[in-house]
This record gives sequence, C-alpha cells and structure tokens, in this order.
Amino acid sequence: MQNTKTTVRIKSGPALTRRITLSGAAAATLAALLAPGFKAAHADTAAPMADASAYPAKAFAQKSKDEAIAALFNMTATASDQITFDAPDIAENGAVVPVSISTTLPGVTAIAVLALGNPFTLAAAYQLPDGTNAAISSRIKLAKTTDVVALVQAGGKLYSVTKNVKVTLGGCGG
Amino acid sequence: MKLSRRSLLASAGALPFTMPAAYAAAADMYDVPLHADARIIHITDTHAQANPVQFREPSVNIGVGAASGRPPHLVGEAFLKYFDIPAGGPAAHAFTFLDFERAAHKYGPMGGFAHLKTLIDRLRNQAGASRTLLLDGGDLTQGSGVANLSGGQDMIALANILGTDVLTGHWEFTYGEDGLAKLIAAFNGKFIAQNVFLTDDAAFANKPAFDAASGHVFAPFTIREMGGYQIGVIGQAFPYVPIAHPGRFVPDWTFGIHPDTMQKSVNDLRNNHKVDAVVLLSHNGMDTDLALAAQVSGIDIIMGGHTHDAVPIPQIVKNPGGKTFVTNAGSAGKFVAVLDLSLAKGALKGLQYRLLPVYANEIKPDPVMAAEITKWRAPHQAMLEEKLADVETLQYRRGNFTGTMDQMICDALLQEMDAEIVLSPGFRWGNTVLAGGPMTMEDLLSETAMTYGDVYVSMMTGAQIKAAMEDVCDNLFNPDPFYQQGGDMVRVGGMNYACAPNEKIGNRISEMTLSNGQVLDAAKTYKVAGWASVSQPQNTPPVWDVVAKYLRDKKTVRITKPNVTKVIGIGKNAGYAP
Repeated sequence: MQNTKTTVRIKSGPALTRRITLSGAAAATLAALLAPGFKAAHADTAAPMADASAYPAKAFAQKSKDEAIAALFNMTATASDQITFDAPDIAENGAVVPVSISTTLPGVTAIAVLALGNPFTLAAAYQLPDGTNAAISSRIKLAKTTDVVALVQAGGKLYSVTKNVKVTLGGCGG
Repeated sequence: MKLSRRSLLASAGALPFTMPAAYAAAADMYDVPLHADARIIHITDTHAQANPVQFREPSVNIGVGAASGRPPHLVGEAFLKYFDIPAGGPAAHAFTFLDFERAAHKYGPMGGFAHLKTLIDRLRNQAGASRTLLLDGGDLTQGSGVANLSGGQDMIALANILGTDVLTGHWEFTYGEDGLAKLIAAFNGKFIAQNVFLTDDAAFANKPAFDAASGHVFAPFTIREMGGYQIGVIGQAFPYVPIAHPGRFVPDWTFGIHPDTMQKSVNDLRNNHKVDAVVLLSHNGMDTDLALAAQVSGIDIIMGGHTHDAVPIPQIVKNPGGKTFVTNAGSAGKFVAVLDLSLAKGALKGLQYRLLPVYANEIKPDPVMAAEITKWRAPHQAMLEEKLADVETLQYRRGNFTGTMDQMICDALLQEMDAEIVLSPGFRWGNTVLAGGPMTMEDLLSETAMTYGDVYVSMMTGAQIKAAMEDVCDNLFNPDPFYQQGGDMVRVGGMNYACAPNEKIGNRISEMTLSNGQVLDAAKTYKVAGWASVSQPQNTPPVWDVVAKYLRDKKTVRITKPNVTKVIGIGKNAGYAP
C-alpha cells in the first residue's frame, strides 16, 4: 500500500468531489474512511460521522492553539517543510474557505486544522488508517483574518505549518 | 546610442537594455527595427479608451516595506531621476504628473485605438508579422460608456482589428460568466488564465471547463512559433475577482495567485513542449509580480498590468532557477511595450524592452479603426456628448488617497444622497479632464461605467466606518503583495483622516474628523452614501446619473481646496509628492 498513489479529498461530510482519484487497493481505504469505527469529526458537522465515543469534544472546545493541540494530541508540534498546505492568501468567502493538506512524511496517523482567530480553535480533525496516503481537503469557516495551522501526526511526532488567510470586506479592486 | 546609467545586459553578448533615444532627444521614437529573433508587443489596462485621453500619473504612490523607494513606487522628480528622463520634455509628461496641465496642452492627448493601430502595425511590419505577437493584459473591455452598454463587445471588435493575439482578464469577468463567454466567442485571439478554476461544486455539476481534470476554466497557456522559435505565453488573470468585485458575477469559478500551478505550467512548457522562452502575461499588479518572480523559476519575463504603473525599464528578480524580468505597461492606451527577444534553442539570449508613450498628435489615426470606433459610438453619441458642466480646475483621479475627480464625485453624493459621509471606490482607471473645457457625460462615464455602479445609502457606526477603511487600506499597504488587491484607498467625502501606511491593519487610520470639525464618534451612527457595492444589486440609480444631475445643476466644476490626506510615518518617500 505504501506505493499506491492515492489522493482522497473530502469535503465536510462524505460528499466526494470529482478530484478523488483511486487506484488499486485504495478503494478499500476509502471504504475504511467512511466505515463505522473510523474516528473522524468535523467542526461544521457537530454530530460525529461515525463513532460518537471517539469525538474529541474537549479538543473542539479549546480556545487557543496550545490548548487545542494538547487536548487533541497531548504533545507539542514542530514546524515542518514536508507538509503541503494549500489555503488562499485572501479568502473568496470567509464562511467556506477551502484548505488542503498533504505530506510526504511516512506513517501519518492524523491530520488537523486550527484557525487561531476563531472562537474555538480546532476546525477539523482526521485520523488516517494505516496505509492511507495522507491528503485531505476540507472547508473551514473563518471569523476574521487569521493564521491557519495544519497539523500532521506522523511516526508518533507532531508537525505543523502555518499560513495567514486574510478575510476582507472586499471591493475597490483596481 | 545613449545608454542609460541603469542599462543592463541580459547576459554576455546579449542585446543591451537601452532607453529609447527619443526619451532624451527628438527622433522618430516609433522607428524600431528588429535586431533580434522575435518581437512581443504588449498593451494592458486600456480600460476601453477607444479615443485618445488625458491621464495624469500619480503624485502619491507610496511603497511600503521592501517596495519603498523602488519601482513602481516612484513619482515625479524621483521617477525622472531613477530612470534618467530629462525634465520638461514629452517623456517626463507621459511618465509623471509634473507640470501636468501645461504639458498636456503642449503634447496633446495620448493613446486611442486608431492611433494604436497605426503604431502597432508599423512595429509589426518592421519585425515581420510571423515574428510578432500582440498581447493584451486585460482590462480591455471596461471603463467607458460604450463598453458598458455593449457588454465590452466594442472593445473586442477593436482588438480584432488591432490583431490582438492573446488576452487575459480582470474587469472582463464583471460582465459575468455568460458575458465573458460572449466576449471570448467574438475574440479572434486566445483568452488564457492559469489561475481560474472551477469551484468544487461547479466541477461536481459538470460545468464547462478547458480541462476537467485540472479544473482550469481556460487554457493556462498558449504556444506560438515566431522566427523558428517556440514561445510559451502563460496567462494570469486578476487573482481576486470574487473579492474585489461582486462574487455573483463568477459563481462557478475560483481565483487566486497559485504559484504552484504556475510552476507546473512553466515546467510543462519547458520540459514537455520544449519552448525556447516563457512569457507570463499577468494581471497581478507589479508588486505581486515581483514577489511571484522570486518564487517561480523558469519565466523569462513577466509582462504585467493591473496597477497601471508605467515602468520604462524591466526590473530583474532573482529566483532559484535564475532570473526573471518584470515589467508593467501603464494604462489608458498611453503606452505600447515592445519586447525584442534574441533566442537560441531552449534559451533566451537577450532582450530589449521599450515602453513607448503613444502621443496621439504624432500618429496618423488608422481610418478603418477610426470608422469602427465611430460605428460603436454612434447610437449613443447624443448621450455621450452632452455637456454637463464647465470645468474650472483640473480633474484627475489617480493617486493613493485622493484626486479632484473623486472629490467632485464625493461632493455630488453628499448633496444628492443627503449623506454625512461618502465612501467612493479607489479605482485606478478614470481619465483626466483639463480646466477650460467641458465635462461631458462621456467623461463622467470614463470614471464610473461598470456593471454594478448603483449608489447606496447605509447607516454605519463610526467604528464600522473605521473598520471598512482599515480593511481597504490593508489591501493597499499590506507589506506582503500577495495580500494586496491593487486598488487605491477608498475616497472619503464629508470627512478627513490621517493614514500611517507602515502600521498594521487596525492602526493605520486615525484623526477621523467630519467636515464640520467634529471628531468621528465610534458609537454614533452616520448616514453613509457610496457606490459600487460588492453585495447584492441595490436597485437604485447608477452613480453616473446621480453625479450628472449634480453637475447639470451646478454648471461648473471647481475644486477650490484639494483634499489632502495626512500621511504619517513614511519619512522621505520616493512615492510621495502631493
């Protein structure tokens, strides 16, 4: 599975985009992603997708970066240049800001997104089954211009990359 | 030939950069034989100015952070000094605001498509049609009454006569997805944009796209053979269309700068298509292009627009792959850029760049183009030629904070909308009207014509007004160009303020004082008028009708005390000469 080229991009909830590309055994991975027992949760879909007991309610209730990271992972993150984090420089609509995270780090077990300027810091969290190529895509709501942090847990360690996303009133362009 | 102090060699043995001799001395500056392999002609941001215009370059164009004191943030004397342009001559008039009115009368209007046609045909003939490419960087189809009434179709007709080969877009998108489709269908050349994608929802609904797999709505690039060499031209549309303009015009499309997909296009052109040179036709704006050039490798030259900066000499940016030249070619049809390329297999050997001012008095208008312009204008001639008022003081728009034209528009809205404060958008297009002549409806439409020009009245607290001004100001002065949008500061009527460009958002705007001397109260609610709202259609009269009524009643345009915004903390800045 390690060499299987798989890109799975999901929107909030199970609606799948055309960009899903599956090959070989990856179909099984997708099934796993949506199957009961996978501990997935999303801030915009308050009800957990699957196992309610796994919903990290405490992590989603935190109001700072450090507290959210501690509640979700119980470890601290170090900056990494091996994470590809796509988010707009200026949001076209602050209510639905597309973010994508992928990484070449081996042994990825979880990915999460923090919006530091939001009332509640943790925006989305994913756990990845063994053998999944690590690539997620989501939409998050931003209250205002803020740093957005992508977190990747791999090999028992936590890595991060940060990007500032501007939320503007608009108008007056050239 | 006189070489400028800042003349640069692209590489050993390459064509040197030279200032056109005519900047310094009287000569036929439009006689430009090709001493290279291929010629690219570039115009941008003509803003539908079919006929010659007056256009005053800014006296305030402040650069912050790394942009301070370097092109394009130079005005007046600092501009002349940096580019070795003699004071008092025609070039100084074209490139700066200095002594504008006297020089405007002496050198006459600039641009105009019939004049551009004559000039571009000559430049094309001198190089040979098979070695010449004509690029238009966008903002071709908006900015006049005729263009607004025809959905931009008049300018596509003119571009077809001009022989425009490649176009990218900005205000083109404000005609909506269907309106733009009609413009592209009528256009004989190719519309390209590497940074416009279907939204996920639109892709899911199978909306049309150039490439469903990548999501590209338009072809990201085009390849042309010129003089036996392959030239790749990538398109970059204005990255912030749904933010700077009403999102309803482009519901299926998402924009952005996208250096990642830009790099993929460059690599595709170089590795798979084996092109010999890569040109980026960009509507990013110059500061953004300079930043982009440092990130993306393999672009030979960025031919830029959007910020309306007339920069005579390309700026060189180093990046991991070598270097990229960055240009910007002004606005309103005032300038034609001529880029001559010396090529080898797979490599650019040298280039020569000229930014030619288009003095309409020096060029015989092309009769076919002139007839086409007349044809499109004829149905609206009486409306356009109505004299609204006598102009007694110079009326211009361009500048970071204020211009007399926008001061007049703000005065008009204060009175006609019975408002306490006016917020008027800081566009960079809009002609200059000289004192001593009329202000016609056509002049007024050159300042206002657009697809969402309705006026509005809104009740806003002082705190909301400050927040709105801080927001716009950050789009102008954020030190990271990727967070700028390329417009100027919102114009304010009924109130004055101070601005500190080097501060952060939230701390730039201060000393907000109403015209009656009262300090703006953050908690108090004010009646605010404006136009060009990016929210839903207002179903109110268009701003040009409101201002026209004001001018007809007033009969004269006279700005006795030009509004000067107090600027704090920039020291001696080469972009500041109010």
